[in-house]
Amino acid sequence: MPHQTIFEKSRRGRTGANLPECDVPRVDAAETLGAGALRTSLPLPEVSELDVVRHFTGLSHRNYSIDAGFYPLGSCTMKYNPKVNEKTAAMPGFAGLHPLQPEETAQGALQLIYELQSMLAEICGMDATTLQPSAGAHGELLAMMMVKAYHAERGEAHRNIVVIPDAAHGTNPASAARCNFKVKGIPGNDSGRTDIAALEKALDGNVAAFMLTNPNTVGLFESDIRRICELVHSVGGLVYCDGANMNAMLGLTRPGDMGFDVMHFNLHKTFSTPHGGGGPGCGAVSVKKILEPYLPTPHVVKSVVGDQATYTLDANRPQSIGRIHSFYGAFLLAVRAYTYIRTLGARGIREVGENAVLNANYIRARLADHYEVAFDNQVCMHEVVLSATRQKVQSGVRAMDISKRLMDYGLHPPTNYFPLIVPEALMIEPTETESKQTLDHFIDVMIKIAEEAKDNPELLKTAPHNTVVSRLDETYAVKNLDLRYEPIFTATE
Amino acid sequence: MGYVSNTDTDRAEMFEAIGIESFDELLAPIPEELRFKGELNLPSALSEYGIVRLMHNLSSKNSPAEGTLSFLGAGSYDHFRPTVVSAIMSRGEFMTAYTPYQPELSQGMLQTIYEYQTMICALTGMDISNASMYDAATSLAEAALMATNILNRDEIVISASVHPNYREVVETYLRWTGYTLVTVEATSGATDVEALRTAVTDKTAAVLFQHPNFFGSLEEVQQLVDIAHGAGALAVAAVDPTSLGLLKPPGEYGVDIVVGEGQGLGSPMGYGGPLLGFFACGKKFLRSFPGRVVGATIDQQGRRGYTMTLRTREQDIRREKATSNICTNQALIALCATVYMAELGKTGLSTVADLCLQKSHYCLTKLTEIPGVRAAFPGARFVKEFVILLPDGKDATQVASSLHSQGILAGLPLAGYYPALGSGALLVCVTETKTREDIDSFASALAAALA
Repeated sequence: MPHQTIFEKSRRGRTGANLPECDVPRVDAAETLGAGALRTSLPLPEVSELDVVRHFTGLSHRNYSIDAGFYPLGSCTMKYNPKVNEKTAAMPGFAGLHPLQPEETAQGALQLIYELQSMLAEICGMDATTLQPSAGAHGELLAMMMVKAYHAERGEAHRNIVVIPDAAHGTNPASAARCNFKVKGIPGNDSGRTDIAALEKALDGNVAAFMLTNPNTVGLFESDIRRICELVHSVGGLVYCDGANMNAMLGLTRPGDMGFDVMHFNLHKTFSTPHGGGGPGCGAVSVKKILEPYLPTPHVVKSVVGDQATYTLDANRPQSIGRIHSFYGAFLLAVRAYTYIRTLGARGIREVGENAVLNANYIRARLADHYEVAFDNQVCMHEVVLSATRQKVQSGVRAMDISKRLMDYGLHPPTNYFPLIVPEALMIEPTETESKQTLDHFIDVMIKIAEEAKDNPELLKTAPHNTVVSRLDETYAVKNLDLRYEPIFTATE
Repeated sequence: MGYVSNTDTDRAEMFEAIGIESFDELLAPIPEELRFKGELNLPSALSEYGIVRLMHNLSSKNSPAEGTLSFLGAGSYDHFRPTVVSAIMSRGEFMTAYTPYQPELSQGMLQTIYEYQTMICALTGMDISNASMYDAATSLAEAALMATNILNRDEIVISASVHPNYREVVETYLRWTGYTLVTVEATSGATDVEALRTAVTDKTAAVLFQHPNFFGSLEEVQQLVDIAHGAGALAVAAVDPTSLGLLKPPGEYGVDIVVGEGQGLGSPMGYGGPLLGFFACGKKFLRSFPGRVVGATIDQQGRRGYTMTLRTREQDIRREKATSNICTNQALIALCATVYMAELGKTGLSTVADLCLQKSHYCLTKLTEIPGVRAAFPGARFVKEFVILLPDGKDATQVASSLHSQGILAGLPLAGYYPALGSGALLVCVTETKTREDIDSFASALAAALA
């Protein structure tokens, strides 16, 4: 049965809010603001608080989550989001702070930002960090601005090309284009990595930067990364690391040591802040010394006088690319990430990397007989990319069908059809927090589905069968656009 | 200890299944010289009790709104948050879900976003709303970039009465894409209409203004919109959603794109983030507006369901030709706003706006009874924020600092943002959370500090 909208539950005169009475002498709104400035109707729903609770609790039951089950969505690092992070982020001393209150009244917050900046720089082997970007794509955009500023200041504003592998996340070319760079794509090689010859061919004096995800979007470590960085640097370009896959490298290897100049983290992936059904995120950016002057304003800095440390918001940074957020970024996500890193410590951080890699390789090893593994079943990092080409040839079953069938078994599907260079891609990222028993269950189901694909392909092609809705018609959605609940706008007052 | 589940036995069995003897064999693709040796220089691990204690100590170094009497606004507001909002928001089913790429497993979040889009349209009077953006500042910047793309013009005009931080963000976005930003003065607390008329030309892609503006004052919105349209430019308004409980929706005075900050709709201030940028516009911009959007559709049995739609505008499909690079947005904060707006409903949001109106006017009256204190912009119309000028020779920063020692955040001194207003200008915000006694205490403390 379809779940009614909150608007359909509305009844005239009902209200949920318990608001205070006006305790001051009243002014007349129309007189004070002018009648012409006022609205005459506001078509919001009229429901009781119980209606609100039941409505949204009901909706929550129609939503899959990490708390409910395994969520092996590749490139998304759907690890357990520790509950203690929520407790610390809700502390009134953090949640109730106003961003413009005097710095001396927010020293705890500024200290936290400063220390998280430093810890992230240490983890990735860079020199400085900003927490301002609100998502990975926002971090990429910031990085492209800094690349532009860097070249402009060296009298090389003509550098207008950013080289990006064809396998990259779509945000990479979109972020470069947002900064008015021309995007030059390069293909990968037969082992699923950067094709050095293609890169060399793409590099010249007009190249501003090379953007690379490492481990790349096939889940493979770019073993030639040192050479890649040297090549880009040799023509005067900078190298950007898309850190969406940082979980694979925690404590094991550092982008800064590889030669990258700038990278973004996704705190909402690697550092366990909840993804919230599509955000909020934090795309913290770390840089080498050469890019530090260009970090956005204001930047949190520390000064020490005697044994007294003071933290301040430094807005006086003449080479900065400017401000990119209303205030200082998603501070309450910084609190969660800080809680997480301080809980784990150096050894705990390394255990994350190790178990993320182990879990992915375990899945790879056990499924290799049942599905094609992209690029010849090599050792992978934190995620493994399978291909459903065998199933497609056998019985016309596609990656999407396998994904939808997984839902019937109560599991969330992997990422489909990404990276674009792998046909019928099923990109699986188990993360370190899942146990062997959970992985075994997933693997068993995947094997069973491979059997079903042979014996009963229709079962897959019409899946899912056990979800609250079956496959949704996306073409219908575009042809019959319905982006808001229309009856409330046409109802007579 | 951390959150890893595998035991040593598990690991041994997994090694065997993979066909390795030690974990290091899995690091073979990483060249030896790049493998990190030793331990990262991080503070040592803490128990759950230890981290809670540490964080409690760290948070105690701050003076939060709770326990302080705060009259600070300027884009971050301590509106009352009904308990039901955090109760729903903290449900793991919403909080720990990913972006709803698999709609059959994400109907809860998808329907929530659909309801959010509907409510934003209801508030703003616009045809369509996206699923949310980072914050008001970046939404305004996205609106500016969208206008340049649609009209193929490379100049944006912005009023100086727009929040200074938002203006800086717009400037950053435009600067690195090669567009020009022209700022029009706001000498008497609102956009100088004649200066705007002069500044807007056939090169102008959009006119950006805020209503109520940074000073809390209403703008002559119809004139601003008409000037923009007269030059063929788009009119873009940044609005405060709470004020729309009372104020005419921007769609009714011809605005083309409406953006704003939704933090006040049920989310904590959180030292400035996460925030909620909302973005709404006319139907004619269906193919050109940025960000995700959710639409209703049907499943194989013809049942109603929801899915992300108009996806061909987005970066994962269109790559460098996408309408924006945005991917992750603020879904959970949009959920908060949706629950908040449902809880308050048709009458509640208007009541909150009216309480702000009443209390801020009472506050201005009380403050201007203090000898020498006056309204910076006499006759300005406002809903919850206004600017006062302290007596000549009094520095707002110093006075605010002395009030803070009594537990009162007096407002935002404006000298750093608008030097022309002088050192005595203070932006004061009064929401429904302030009682008459609170306001009286503020007025007495200010009077004493100035005496």
